[in-house]
Amino acid sequence: MSLNDTHAGPHAKLIYMANQIAKFMESKPHAEGLTLLASHINDFWEPRMRRHLFEVLDAGGTGLRPLVLEAAATIKRPAIAA
Amino acid sequence: MKDFIIPDRDFGTPAAKSKQMVTLTIDGFDITVPEGTSIMRAAAEIGISVPKLCATDSIDAFGSCRLCLVEIEGRNGTPASCTTPVAPGLKVHTQNAKLKQLRRGVMELYISDHPLDCLTCSANGDCELQDMAGAVGLRDVRYEAIDTHFKAKDTSGIANPNYIPRDDSNPYFSYDPQKCIVCSRCVRACEEVQGTFALTIEGRGFDSRVSFGAKTDTALSSDCVSCGACVQACPTATLQEKSIIEIGTPERSVITTCAYCGVGCSFKAEMRGDELVRMVPYKHGKANRGHSCVKGRFAYGYASHKDRILNPMIRDSINDPWQEVSWDEAMDFTANRMKGIIEKHGRHSVGVITSSRCTNEEAYLVQKLTRAVFMNNNTDTCARVCHSPTGYGLGQTLGTSAGTQDFDSVEETDVVIVIGANPVSGHPVFASRLKKRLRQGAKLIVIDPRRTEMVEAPHVKAEHHLALTPGTNVAIVTALAHVIVTEGLFDAQFIQDRCDWDEFQDYAEFVSQPQNSPESVALLTGVPAAEVRAAARLFAKGGNGSIYYGLGVTEHSQGSTTVIGIANLAMMTGNIGRPGVGVNPLRGQNNVQGSCDMGSFPHELPGYRHVKGEGVRDIFEKAWGVKIDDEPGLRIPNMLDAAVEGTFKGLYCQGEDILQSDPDTKHVAAGLAAMECVIVHDLFLNETANYAHVFLPGSTFLEKDGTFTNAERRINRVRKVMAPRNGYADWEITQMLANAMGAAWSYTHPTQIMDEIAMTTPSFAGVNYEKLETMGSIQWPCNDAAPEGTPLMHVEAFVRGKGKFINTEYVATDEKTGPRFPLLLTTGRILSQYNVGAQTRRTGNVAWHAEDVLEIHPHDAEVRGVKDGDFVRLASRSGDTTLRATITDKVNPGVVYTTFHHPDTQANVITTDFSDWATNCPEYKVTAVQVSPSNGPSEWQEEYNAQAAMSRRIAAAE
Repeated sequence: MSLNDTHAGPHAKLIYMANQIAKFMESKPHAEGLTLLASHINDFWEPRMRRHLFEVLDAGGTGLRPLVLEAAATIKRPAIAA
Repeated sequence: MKDFIIPDRDFGTPAAKSKQMVTLTIDGFDITVPEGTSIMRAAAEIGISVPKLCATDSIDAFGSCRLCLVEIEGRNGTPASCTTPVAPGLKVHTQNAKLKQLRRGVMELYISDHPLDCLTCSANGDCELQDMAGAVGLRDVRYEAIDTHFKAKDTSGIANPNYIPRDDSNPYFSYDPQKCIVCSRCVRACEEVQGTFALTIEGRGFDSRVSFGAKTDTALSSDCVSCGACVQACPTATLQEKSIIEIGTPERSVITTCAYCGVGCSFKAEMRGDELVRMVPYKHGKANRGHSCVKGRFAYGYASHKDRILNPMIRDSINDPWQEVSWDEAMDFTANRMKGIIEKHGRHSVGVITSSRCTNEEAYLVQKLTRAVFMNNNTDTCARVCHSPTGYGLGQTLGTSAGTQDFDSVEETDVVIVIGANPVSGHPVFASRLKKRLRQGAKLIVIDPRRTEMVEAPHVKAEHHLALTPGTNVAIVTALAHVIVTEGLFDAQFIQDRCDWDEFQDYAEFVSQPQNSPESVALLTGVPAAEVRAAARLFAKGGNGSIYYGLGVTEHSQGSTTVIGIANLAMMTGNIGRPGVGVNPLRGQNNVQGSCDMGSFPHELPGYRHVKGEGVRDIFEKAWGVKIDDEPGLRIPNMLDAAVEGTFKGLYCQGEDILQSDPDTKHVAAGLAAMECVIVHDLFLNETANYAHVFLPGSTFLEKDGTFTNAERRINRVRKVMAPRNGYADWEITQMLANAMGAAWSYTHPTQIMDEIAMTTPSFAGVNYEKLETMGSIQWPCNDAAPEGTPLMHVEAFVRGKGKFINTEYVATDEKTGPRFPLLLTTGRILSQYNVGAQTRRTGNVAWHAEDVLEIHPHDAEVRGVKDGDFVRLASRSGDTTLRATITDKVNPGVVYTTFHHPDTQANVITTDFSDWATNCPEYKVTAVQVSPSNGPSEWQEEYNAQAAMSRRIAAAE
């Protein structure tokens, strides 16, 4: 599998990355994991990456782990355009 | 240019460490020294230099030359002052008629078997034998030797069987046996300082000769690692730098810092005019304590290599040849392109990569360029691909993202875990210091898929080698914690005092689960449970326990998790906050610690402060007079993704070769090819420059002032010893670019940049060049609370307050072996080469490592029909390449290993785009591959080389 397949668009890779973070956070107490997942994405993901993540979330969040879906409400939605 | 004349006397024997003081009298003067000091050293401390040949203060006394004889009232005979310790009330005489006569007699014998070609000898002016002949007043040699070691033929023309011709096989130094006085200093330096034991004395009496191992061995074919310790110890011209033979003796020296690995050794750059004659490790350097490795000591020739580019170059398209232009033209062209991109695609469409090879001041300016001139946070640095998980993991658990100790700490350690690091190759000077401690009896645990040079070395053998399957670090580290917790080996007092006890309870419950036991994880890791249990018990209860780790920890999908696990291990065993313990990341590049400190990461301003913090932004907004973006910027892999996607168009890349060093070369190439303005600022037309539109020639560390920060947070001065051959220091070039883009920077010396760093960054508040001049070096944090810096961190309390235990659930990487790719490739380094090899490949170091080779286990080789030295095709899901195989059981069956120093190999064509969950640090250390016999270069290699050759064309001047 290559996440860098240019034809696949940016979403597959970001879904993969968000799920990777979720897997780490899942071993924490639920509430803490939820907060830290959202703050991790807010702190380290550039708005373009979050925008793509929201494109996935807005389309139903297919492929994202439940913890990411649950944390979505506290992930910062980036401003429309730079 | 500042020349430092710091007393660099040789005291003859090492300093004693006793706190018990002893007073004695030498030549009528009273002197008080620590117990255990030699009479020679005590005399030296009051300024009396007792004549000596076989003694030097980097190695223990030996007592063979009999020149340092003294008389002690009330004692018989004339003992050697180097091997005789002081005692209370001794009355010592270093000079009287009897001693004078004895010494002269000794010198006479030495000289009777030594060629008297002093005027044409390469050591002329720098020879201790010559000095001692003068010191003892030798005026006459009464003996005419029948047999000598230095005459090639006797008077009748018959070859002298005792004559051994000069050995010039090493690229950097000569061994000329005819000059040898058999003082054993070289042999002892090789043993005691370097720990390689390559040299020995063969024969007895008159037949005693220095030998590189077996009789058939030359300097190059022996075990010698060319660290230079023997050359430095040699009192004559026997072991001599070839540069001294060619140039002559230096006339001045400047203290500076090596630009290779993260150890950050201090060197004396010895100069004649503006020609560098040699680099000699500086005895008072606190990282290296007078030792060096082959890279820092000898591999500086790249600075004057013919490949170095000295003029700026531009081109419209990467398919055009380069055009050499003036600096003004280059800046106009670059600024116009970048401004055009920003106008069309917005301020977030451009960014920078700071260099971990450049100075702190230069990294600071490059991130300032993007934050204050481009107006975004798109800055990253090579730490992304090496130690970014260290930043995250240690930041979360301990509160600061740097090593906790200084290198001296290793002298007090009792049990060492080396995990995912091969210091013998990557951090050789630290390895020598570690091996010295191990020879004194400290115990070693190595966790590494490969049997590294650390596992078994002369007089060093790891107690436990946990040869795990690549990608299972978290499982092993958690299993170690499982044993420590379930067997009650943890330090409850320390945890209660220093950490959050409730969090520890949660963590203890987590690691105690049966699936984390050594027996359960053995299936994943391939390490026998009993070994893991024994290692855990040794670490927990073996005294001062320290952990040293490298990229074998960080460059994984779970790199950050392993770092957290390591911090957990240190905290639960109480191994934090005193000498001999701690968590010690071995940083890769000379200034990768510094480039991180300087705010090179896209989410942090200098001093590791997140850009979301209003107070922090405020400091820089006031200092720089701009508005700082409050959103994190793009990391290197994200920049490349955005470039492929079409929203990232311009990159200024200083001193970093992302095309060769970053994973999944094809993706990096696609990202670079999609950009409209790639500015490469480097010494050479590196691989990234194949995709560049602007090339700005860089300066070497010899050509500029500044500071580097090493792995122990030590800020060392870099001093300009010659004018930049390209015309400007790198910080000046960044400033020109900023000003061409409309900034009004006016720095005239890096000291002003450091002052700005100190003004804006609390951990650097007390740092300035004046203090660095007087103290030599400073370990941050340095501020009002710690005006002289901080050798040990977390002494009373953790930086974050209470140490935080975090659960480390093992998640297998998605890079899995299968029928198509049944082997796991892991990558590493070799001693003689450095990083992508841009520097070391352009030095004599290629004598040791002319190409990357693939290590493969005999079983795996046999079933594939691969013989030693064959070309093999190495393929992964990402791509394929060819290289030669070497068959060895250093790797387990199922694991193959290579280095990434040569662009022809392109090992990163193979590596995938999987990365650390927290930091996007790429998973270099695990790639599923297949190996098969091959006839030659892969299609990709041929295409790549053709593209590179086309891209490197420089148009002839009109």
